This record gives sequence, C-alpha cells and structure tokens, in this order.
Amino acid sequence: MVQINEALCKGCGYCVKFCPKQILQIGKTRNRRGHFYPEMTHESACITCAVCAMMCPEGAIEVSKGGDDA
Amino acid sequence: MAEYKRSTMIADAPSGYCPGCLHSLATRLISDVLEELGQGDNSLNVISVGCSALNILYWNGDFLSVAHGRAPAAATGIKRTNPERLVFAYQGDGDLCAIGLAEIISAANRGENFTVIFANNQTYGMTGGQMAPTTLIGQKSTTTVYGRDPQTTGYPMKMCELIAALEAPAYVARFALNSPKGVREARAGIKKAFQAQLDGRGFTFVELLTNCPTNWHMSPLQTLDYMNMNTIPYFKPGVYKDKTE
Amino acid sequence: MSEKRFMKGNEAIAEAAVRAGCRFFAGYPITPQNEIPEYLSWRLPEVGGAFVQGESEIASVNMVYGAAAMGTRSMTSSSGPGISLKAEGISYLAAAMIPALIVNISRGGPGLGSIQPAQSDYLQATKALGHGGFHAMVFAPNSAQEAADLVYNAWDYAERDRNPVLVLMDGCLGNIMEEVELPPMKKLTDEDLPEWSLTRRNGRDYQGNITPIYTEPILEGINTMAGEMYKLWEEEDVKFETYELDDAEYVVVAYGIASRVAKEAIMELRKEGYKVGMIRPITLFPFPKKIIHDLDYSRVKGIIDIEMTIPAQMRDDIELQVAERCPVYEYGRSGGCLLDDEGVYDAIKEIVTGGAN
Repeated sequence: MVQINEALCKGCGYCVKFCPKQILQIGKTRNRRGHFYPEMTHESACITCAVCAMMCPEGAIEVSKGGDDA
Repeated sequence: MAEYKRSTMIADAPSGYCPGCLHSLATRLISDVLEELGQGDNSLNVISVGCSALNILYWNGDFLSVAHGRAPAAATGIKRTNPERLVFAYQGDGDLCAIGLAEIISAANRGENFTVIFANNQTYGMTGGQMAPTTLIGQKSTTTVYGRDPQTTGYPMKMCELIAALEAPAYVARFALNSPKGVREARAGIKKAFQAQLDGRGFTFVELLTNCPTNWHMSPLQTLDYMNMNTIPYFKPGVYKDKTE
Repeated sequence: MSEKRFMKGNEAIAEAAVRAGCRFFAGYPITPQNEIPEYLSWRLPEVGGAFVQGESEIASVNMVYGAAAMGTRSMTSSSGPGISLKAEGISYLAAAMIPALIVNISRGGPGLGSIQPAQSDYLQATKALGHGGFHAMVFAPNSAQEAADLVYNAWDYAERDRNPVLVLMDGCLGNIMEEVELPPMKKLTDEDLPEWSLTRRNGRDYQGNITPIYTEPILEGINTMAGEMYKLWEEEDVKFETYELDDAEYVVVAYGIASRVAKEAIMELRKEGYKVGMIRPITLFPFPKKIIHDLDYSRVKGIIDIEMTIPAQMRDDIELQVAERCPVYEYGRSGGCLLDDEGVYDAIKEIVTGGAN
C-alpha cells in the first residue's frame, strides 16, 4: 500500500517518473504550500516496489505490504 | 514487494530544500541508514555551511554546526575525544573542496575514524549559484556567465580520485542520486561507510552526485537528465577504494 | 599536593592545563610558543587525552571547537600570525557558546613580524579577537607561576560564561625558565561534564545540538546577554596588582613582561626619591578601569604607559579613565626589540623630571 503524505510533497515528480508501472501522476490539487502532489491512478496495479518512496527527496511516500491483494 | 517507512531521524515536516533538490534525498538516505543500523541516538551530525546546512531545520539527531569548510576538523576533535560515537560530516562542494580543502585532505590523510558525506551539485546553491570547484566545463554560473572556462578556472575537481590516492582512507566511493539504481547503491555505500567506522577502520568518504534545480535553472526532472548526460560522464560513479573487508 | 619545578613559561602553561583537566589540544607550530604543543604531544596521552597537530591554525581551532562541544576541556595555542588565522574559529566559539582556552604567546608584528617577543596583540586580544563584536576574557600573566595559576582557573571562567578565554603572554615569558609551584591535578569525571555538552545521547532523551546559527531576534538576544556578561565581568572579575601606588605622583601602567622591567626601574627611581608607582592589569579585558579612574589626580601628575610595542596599544583604554586629568605618556620598544632596565629607567626619569613631552 502506498501512502502519500501530501503535506510534505514538493511536487518534483520523481515518483511519477520512476514508477515502473506508471500509475502515479501529478494531480490537479495544491497542498498548503502550493505544490501539486501526486496521486495514484491504478492502485490495484501497484506492485509495492517502493521505488517511488526511494526516490522521494522529502520522504513523503511510505510503502507497506498489505492492501487488497496482499 | 518492498516496504518503506520514513525514518524518525528527520522531523515530520518538509525539509528546507527546494523542490526536487537531492540534498533532501541524501539527508533522507542518511537518516534511513542510521535507523537501520540502530545508531540514531549514537550518531552526531557535523553540519557544515551552505545548502548542506539546511538539514539543521529538520534533523532530529544530535548535531554540531560548524564553520564553512571546517567540518572535518571539528569532527576530528569530536571523534578523538568521543570515539564511541558515530560521527559524520555532511558537506557540499564549496565547503569541502574549496574553502575546506585542507581540512578534508588532512583528515583523510590522518585516517580519522569518521565518515564524510559529500554532496556534489556543482554550484554554490546557498549564495545564489556561483561557480564551484566542481562546476563542469561549459556549465553556466553567476560567476561564469558564459560557462566555465578551464583556461581561467581550471577543471572540475575530482575528490574521490584525490582522496583515494591517499594511503589511510578505508572506503572511498561515488554515487549518483538521479536514478533508483544510484540511490540504492548510495544507500548501501553509506551503510558500508558507517559500519566501517563502527568497526574502527578509519576514514570513510561517500560522494553523492546531486543537483540544483534552482541555480541550474531547470525543472527537477530536467536536472536528472542533465546529470546523466553531463555530470555522470565526468564524475564517474564507483568504489574508488575499499579496505573495509 | 603541590610540587615545584623549574620550567619555561610555555611548559608551565601546558602542565597547568593538564592539571586543570584539559584533555584535548590541537595546534600548529609557530615560534615562540612551540613548547606548548611539544609538551602536550606526549603529556596529554599520558592522562588519556588527545593531541592533534593540525594542518593549520584554522583547522586546529576548529578541532578544539569540536572537542570542546563534547564537554572536553580543550585548548589551542599560537602566536600573533596564527591567532589571526584562528580569529574565525574563536568567533564561532563565542557564537556557539563553547568554552575553550586560547593562548597567544605574542611576537613582533604586523604580518609575519618577528619571532622575537613583543606585546603587539593587545588591541586584537581586547577589542576584536574575531569578527562580529564579541569579547573573551583576556588574562595577561607576568611570570611562569602566574601563567600556570591563570591557566589552571581559565576553564572555570570559560565554562561559567560558555565563552572562550584568552591568555596573552609575550614570547619572553613563554621562554624564560622560572620556578613554578604546580597546582594539584583536578580529577574531572563524567559528572563534571556540562549539561549542554554533546557527549552522550545515552541517558538523555532529548536532542543535543550546538550551533552558531540563530534567527535574528535570538541573535540579538544573545548579543544583549553577552553585553550584560561583559558588564558583570567588569564588576566581578577584574584583576590587577599595584606597586608603590599610595603616594605615587607618576603611575606606570604596564602588563606582562613590561611590568617586570618597569618594576625594576621604579625600585631604582624610588631609591632616588622619585614617587613612582605602578598599576599592573592582570585582566586586560575586563580592563581595570576603576583603579585608574579613581586615582587621586590632585596628587598624580602623569600616567606612563609602558608596553613592548610601538605605538602603545593600551593607551586609549588608559586615557578614557584619566579623562584629561593629567598627561598620559608612553614608552615602548617594538618589532621584537626588548624593553631593558636602562631604557625604561631613562624614559620614566625623563618624564618625572619634566624633560618629556
């Protein structure tokens, strides 16, 4: 399961670029600091590889096992 | 399947870094490794001057903030009097290879048993993008507005190669933080360096190739491509010395 | 348990430091202070301390910054040119409120100057030891014994104030050999570590941090607190010695080596009936203002500032207290040329007999 802490996000887009399944995209809403943060388009396709979390400079993404298909 | 949980070594707040700045990724990697090694409380972060110092704003561990370029000297004083602590200095390129060149080379040459993590983004970010010793040939900065000219400013300084040429250092390696592969290797490298320090092996040095979207005048994503095309071919990632085994 | 030894002023400083609990020294060779690092290079390891010969004075003072931040009593020493290089680090010590001892065994200046003794660093020591407007307490011993005594207590002041302390002594006193009664070894334990030190995270459940970086309002507050601290020093920590002052019509003000030469001259002049006395500042900062200010100027006809530097540097501090109530004269040698008994005698005699202007 991927949890995006939108408050910490600065909208750099690294998670979107490196997601091997290409299921993240920068959304249309801004967080309190004015950054557009990512959202997941196809959660069921996520393989919880945690590459998004690994590339997030801010540590705004946490990945845990579990979720619907665990 | 993999898991990732944010380390408690950094506060639950945004970093002080610009969007896409790999300084924040480097700080996060250090925090992850410290937590993995169970060394959070035992660690002491020697914070230098420049954008590298911005981790002061959200670092939860003990730290000592020191003068520009002098982190390896201060770390020497710390480690000589408190050898049980895990001591690391986090320095940028202006700090480490311009004003602090004597301190880093001498600490490395003495084989001081601490770790220096060197963030190389080829610019003076904090002061607004002046040329650094590591600025690439042709790369523009506010003091090389037509691009760095080696006729007057010399060539980008390769610190890993310099330090690996010394006898004492135990581990010297360079990694690029612009890809998952590079980040994975960097994390392993930082861990290796910290473990070597805990084992009393001597001086360990990890160079991290980073970026500066603000002063390179690029989007964060563009900086990653720029690094692939320009930074990495010149500053070749790899392990330059390993006496830890 | 005290013990007497015949030793150089520099060695007395080094041994007294060890006995005061100093366990870290970093420094860079420079004449005329080399006996201090040389002595401590073997002495500190004997007591479980650490010695590092730094790659520069800049690195050395920053090593001290690191060690002292851990609560370890730490010091560095140098001479004028090296103290200039340490200026950055000393300013950072003051900013980060880290106590440490800096020793300046001074020589001729400016620039590389000469390796011979001089008192050319008074203004640097008392007015601007580094950038940013701070002061350190400055002690100026005039014997190997006094150097040992002042160094022995230096960290007590430094730790009380969380501020660096400077001992300023010229190369003469650093290198002459004298009998020194050494103080007993202080036995410091972990209990004595200051609570702000970064020594151990274990047993401390909060973050330890020391930084010279502050937000503007906090920095202003720290500047204000420092100002109050300096005032308190003036009230409580001024040290000086007087000699034949009670009936003196001419008062010599001299510190360090100059005070010893001046004292010889005054003894001669007294034999000849001239009423000359002396005030010897032991703390140069805080400066002994009151004793000079409160002299009976209906009796005192002149103040004579004798320093081993030209032009005299302490003169402004003296004149502020005299406030034009009598003339202030100066005499000195400089550039590494030493004050001698005859020269000082002649200079004072010329003044008291009305020959000087």
